Amino acid sequence: MDTATPSKNDSAKPVQELEQVIIRFAGDSGDGMQLTGDQFTRTTALMGNDIATFPDFPAEIRAPAGTLPGVSAFQLRFSSFDIHTPGDAPDVLVAMNPAALKAHIGELKKDGVLLLNTASFKANDLKKAKYENDPREDGSLAGFRVIEVDLEARTKEALANSALDNRSKMRCKNMYALGILYWMFHRDMEPTMKAIAAKFAKKPDVVDANLAAMKAGHAYAETTEIFQSAYRVPAAKMRPGTYRNIMGNQGLCLGLVAASKRAGLPLFLGSYPITPASDILHQLSSYKHHGVVTFQAEDEIAAVASAIGASYSGKLGITSTSGPGMALKAEAIGLAVMAELPLVILNVQRAGPSTGMPTKTQQADLLQAMYGRNGESPVCVLAASMPSDAFETAYEAVRIAVKYMIPVIVLSDGYIANGSEPWLLPDVDALPAIDVQFAPETSADTKFMPYERNQETLARPWARPGTKGLVHRIGGLEKRDVTGNIDYAPENHQHMIDTRQQKVQNIAKDLPPTETIGERAGDLLVLGWGSTRGAITASVQKLQADGHKVSAAFLRYLNPLPNDLEDLMRGFKKVVLPEMNKGQLAMMLRSRYLIDVVSYSQVNGQPFKSHDVLAYLEQTLAAMKEGN
Amino acid sequence: MTTADRPPLTKKDFKTDQEVRWCPGCGDYSILNSVQSAFAKLGKQLHETVVISGIGCSSRFPYYMETFGFHTIHGRAPAIATGVKVSNPALDVWVVTGDGDAMSIGGNHLIHALRRNVGLRILMFNNRIYGLTKGQYSPTSPQGKVTKSSPLGSIDQPFAPLALALGASSTFVARSIDIMGPHLEGTVMKADEHDGTAFVEIYQNCNIFNDGAFKGFTDKEVRSERVMELQHGEPLLFGANKDKGIRFDAGFRPEIVTGDELGTAYVWDETAESIAPAMALATMNEAEFPVPIGVFRRAAKPRFEAGINDQVATAQQNKQESLRDLLYSGEVWTVD
Repeated sequence: MDTATPSKNDSAKPVQELEQVIIRFAGDSGDGMQLTGDQFTRTTALMGNDIATFPDFPAEIRAPAGTLPGVSAFQLRFSSFDIHTPGDAPDVLVAMNPAALKAHIGELKKDGVLLLNTASFKANDLKKAKYENDPREDGSLAGFRVIEVDLEARTKEALANSALDNRSKMRCKNMYALGILYWMFHRDMEPTMKAIAAKFAKKPDVVDANLAAMKAGHAYAETTEIFQSAYRVPAAKMRPGTYRNIMGNQGLCLGLVAASKRAGLPLFLGSYPITPASDILHQLSSYKHHGVVTFQAEDEIAAVASAIGASYSGKLGITSTSGPGMALKAEAIGLAVMAELPLVILNVQRAGPSTGMPTKTQQADLLQAMYGRNGESPVCVLAASMPSDAFETAYEAVRIAVKYMIPVIVLSDGYIANGSEPWLLPDVDALPAIDVQFAPETSADTKFMPYERNQETLARPWARPGTKGLVHRIGGLEKRDVTGNIDYAPENHQHMIDTRQQKVQNIAKDLPPTETIGERAGDLLVLGWGSTRGAITASVQKLQADGHKVSAAFLRYLNPLPNDLEDLMRGFKKVVLPEMNKGQLAMMLRSRYLIDVVSYSQVNGQPFKSHDVLAYLEQTLAAMKEGN
Repeated sequence: MTTADRPPLTKKDFKTDQEVRWCPGCGDYSILNSVQSAFAKLGKQLHETVVISGIGCSSRFPYYMETFGFHTIHGRAPAIATGVKVSNPALDVWVVTGDGDAMSIGGNHLIHALRRNVGLRILMFNNRIYGLTKGQYSPTSPQGKVTKSSPLGSIDQPFAPLALALGASSTFVARSIDIMGPHLEGTVMKADEHDGTAFVEIYQNCNIFNDGAFKGFTDKEVRSERVMELQHGEPLLFGANKDKGIRFDAGFRPEIVTGDELGTAYVWDETAESIAPAMALATMNEAEFPVPIGVFRRAAKPRFEAGINDQVATAQQNKQESLRDLLYSGEVWTVD
C-alpha cells in the first residue's frame, strides 16, 4: 500500500487511491478464512481489478482450536495493473487469534495494517499459541497499524435479534471482519450478499445473520474513529473480453469437458479421492449433464485401470490424482503405453516424499512422470503454469492423447489447483478441432491389424470392441508391429521400443514456437515450468525495466521438449531454471543438450516469492558482470 | 443385432490362429474348450464379446479366443473390465483370472466389482498354486503346502473363494471343475444368463506344479461319492445312487444323512435371500464332506453400469447446457 493519492468519495472519511493491496486472512481452520478470502476475491474480480490468490491451509480438517497447526490462511492481491503472483508480504493481516498472529506476523509489511480479534486473546488462547506474554502489550507489534476489534462481542450485538444459537452466531464473526475490510477497500457488498443467500438458501436465519454481521462490520468501520481512511484500488487495464475467476482444478475440468465435447468423445473419469486433486472428481461429478461419467474407484490403481478400460472402449479415459497416487498408477500407465491407448493422467502435485505435506505445493514429480515406470515407457508430459492456463493445457492433453494414441500426463500443483485469478474466457468456436477416427467396420474375412500405423504420427488405429470385423487381442506383452501378435524376437523388440519413443518425439513437430518474455537472445534466460511462472514473470519484468538483457520462457511441453528450445537456450550467455524441486528439469535439459543450465531450487512447500527470485537473478547478473 | 445374414457360429469360430501354449495336460485346455462350446451355443457374436485377463497362466486365455481380447496387468482385470462395461454396457464382458491374480494381488478389485454388481462374468481358474512363476503357494493353497517358497509347508490360512464372493455380496456364485466338461459348459451358460456380476470358480489341475490337487474328489472312481451337484429346488444329494444327503443343524453346520433320514436333506434354493446355506456349503470341510458344484447363489440386484449411465442420461434430460454456457457460467464480467 505504498502509492497513496488522497481523493474524495461520498463517505465522510477520506479515500486514498492505491495501485495494489495484499491482504492475508488468518484464523483457525473453523473460522471460515477460506470462505472469507473467496468472497473478497469474487467481489474484487467483479470490480475489475486483476487479482491472484493463495490459500494456505493445514491438512487436518479441524486441528485443535487455537493452536499453531490449526491456522488456515488465505492471501489475495488485487491491483490496478497486470499481476502474476499473489504477492509476497501482506499489507493487511487479519488475525483471528494469537496462533494466527504468531504464524503470520513475521511477514506483515512494516507499517502494515493488523486487524486483531481481541475476543481470542485470553490467557488460555495465548497459551495455546505458545505466547508467554500478550504480544499486544510487550511492544512486539510496534511498527504496525494495529486495529483491535472484539469481533465476538460486536457480532453478538449485531445479531441480538437473530434466532440463531450463540454458537451459530459466533460463526458469523468472519463476516463482520469481511464487512470491515469491504469498507476499508471500498468493495461492493452486493455480490457477497447474493452468494450467501444462494449458499444458505434453505437456512434463511443463517443468511440473515451473515448479512447482518457483514453490514454491521461495514458500519462499524465507517463510524468508529479507529479507521482513519478508506482505500480504493482502481480497476486494472485488462485485455478486452469476458472474464471469470478460475482456480486451477476448475480450469482442468473445464478444459477436459470442452475437449470431450469438441472431440465428440464422452468423458470417463476414474478417480480416487486425494488432496489436492479431489476437487477434480467433485467438479466433474457435477457435469453429468455434459455426458461425463465419473467412477469413484476402490483405489488409485482401479481408478487408472477403469480409465484405460474406458479408452479401450472408445471413450475419453481420464484419471486424476496426486503424487502418492501416481506411484500406484505407474504399472497401469505402462500398460497404456504398451497397448497404445489414449489416456490423460492429471497429477496435482503436492509436497512429498511419501505422504509428505498434502496441502502444500511442490513440483517434484517431474522425473516420476518422465521415467517412473519399468522399461522404456515414454509418455507425453505437459504442465499447467497458472490457474488461467489449466484449461488450455488440459485441452491440449486430450488433443495429443487421441491424435497419437498415447498416455499424456498433465502436471499441475497445489498452488495452481487452489489459487485463483481472472481468466479471459476463450471463444468456444475458435477452440482447435480434435479429430477422432475410429477404425471402421470391415467384412469378417479381412484380418484386422491392430498395430498398422498412421505413417505421419505412428498412431495405431483406435478399434472399439463392438465393431464388426475388428476382433483382435492386445495386452502388456511385447507384440509384433502391425499384427499385434505376441513376439519376443530381438529385432522386433528394438523396433517397438524405438517406435514408441519416436511416436512421442513426433508430437514436437506439432507444437507452437516457444514464446518468450523479452528478446530471443541476451545475457540471461530464465526458464520455468509449472507454477513458478508468476514469480519468474514478475522478476524478469522488473529486471527488463531496469535495463537488463534478461528474458523468460515457460515450458508447457516437457516431453517431448519443443524443437526450438535448444537454439533459444544457446542464444543466451546463461540459463537459470527456478524449480520447486532439487533441479529435475535442469537435469533433463543438461543431459539432453549439454547446456550448463543453472538450477535455482526451493523445496519448502511454499511457492517461490518473487523477491527471492529477483534477488537471485540480480546476484547472478552481478556475478556475470564481474566475469564469475 | 440380427444374425440372420450368416449361419450361427460354431465352437471352431471362437478359436484363434494362435498356437495354444499351456503345458500339455493342463486343465486350461478343457476349460477353453468348454467356454468356446458354451459361447457357440449361446449364439454370441465375436465382435460383441470382450475377454479381459490379468496375469498368470489362465490370463493367456484371451489370445485363444477369436473375440476382442485384452491381456492386462496383474490383478487389475476386474477394474479394467469395469471401465469397459460402464463405457459400453452392450458389450459382453468376460474376465478370466486365476487364484493368485484374483484372490491375492487383485483381491481388492475383485471384491469391489462383486459388491457393485457390474455386469461382468468372472471365471476364476483355481489351481491352488502359482503356475507361471513356477510353483509358489497361492492364497488358496491348503495350509502346510510344501512349495518352492514354503519348503517347510505354508503357514497361510487359505481363502474359501466362494465364501469370499458371498461375503462381498456377489449376486451370482458358482463352481465347476475343468474335467467335467458338460457341467462346466452349463455353468458358463448359467453365468451368462445372470443379470449382474457372475463369479465362477473353476477347479483346474496344474499338472506341473500341483498335480492331483483335486484328485481326491475328481477321479472317476470317487467322483460320484465325493462331488455333489447342486440342483435348484432339489434336495442336496450325492453318491452314485444318490443315497446320501446334506442337511444343516440349527447352527447351519452341515451333516450327512442317509437311509430313513434322506428325506430330511436340505432342499437347495440358489435364490434364497439368506446367504447362510450357501456360506455353509462354501466353507464345508473338503475332507469330511462332498465338494459342492453348481450354482451357490443367484440374486437379483440392480446392475452398476445401468445405475451410473442412468444418472448421466437423466441429468442430460433434465439440463441442457451448451459448452459456451458452461464456460461462461458463474460470475463473469466484461472488459471493453
